[in-house]
Amino acid sequence: MTSPGVPLSWYLILSAVLFTLGIAGYLLRRNIITVFMSIELMLNAVNLSFITFSYQLKQVNGHIFSFFVMVVAAAEAAVGLAIILTVFKNRSTLNIDDVSSMKN
Amino acid sequence: MDVILFLIFAAIAVVCGFNVVVQSHPISSAISLIGVMGSLAVLYLLLGAEFLAAAQVIVYAGAIMVLFVFVIMLLNAGTEIRQGRSLLAQVLGIPLLFTFLGLMAYFAKNMFPGVPDAHFGGFTHGTALDVGRALFTQYLLPFEVVSVLILIAILGAVVLAQKEME
Repeated sequence: MTSPGVPLSWYLILSAVLFTLGIAGYLLRRNIITVFMSIELMLNAVNLSFITFSYQLKQVNGHIFSFFVMVVAAAEAAVGLAIILTVFKNRSTLNIDDVSSMKN
Repeated sequence: MDVILFLIFAAIAVVCGFNVVVQSHPISSAISLIGVMGSLAVLYLLLGAEFLAAAQVIVYAGAIMVLFVFVIMLLNAGTEIRQGRSLLAQVLGIPLLFTFLGLMAYFAKNMFPGVPDAHFGGFTHGTALDVGRALFTQYLLPFEVVSVLILIAILGAVVLAQKEME
């Protein structure tokens, strides 16, 4: 007698919910650091999808891809936070509406 | 047991993810994001991804979030000032988000018709041994390229952070 398992679609739906929350944060928030954290949330949601597919296909390739996503996210966080520091030094604001010099 | 663990940690992930979006102070968002990452690590473990669960805790919840919290402290980021939202964003954006979520959930539901459910221990090739073997044989070139990317990122971060010292 085995315990009932979790349908794989539940994992994918959880991934979709987290991704949608990431989009909502990315679009609604005005603090540049929170926007950046929303991007990390979306990357995490995609990683969960990769690992679910990896389980379904019984292959390790999804894990490798997820690993590379983590590495790129680490690199992106280092550079992005350095950019945020520079922006704050130059403009003394973290509001993305005030950092719009490329707009006009 | 699997279902109970999944439901508990999925609920924590969704609540913390919602908290990331609605909290007005960045430090609260950062703490909530750590909660999301920790509960996702448990879900990775349930899916047999041992190595990635450890890497998730060490790299994401450890290294990246420490960077975030450090920057929030350094910049003394305060509560976000709420500005008036445009009506178009509320009328169109929120229903579009729900449509997107519904479509994704629909496709996810119909993606694996009739496959067996996920059990803990149903996939045992996610250990450091298997991931390392794939990484250093089949995926050696991407691994080396990504190491160069990390080097460039370090140099870029140093250059960007130094510029403000002048």
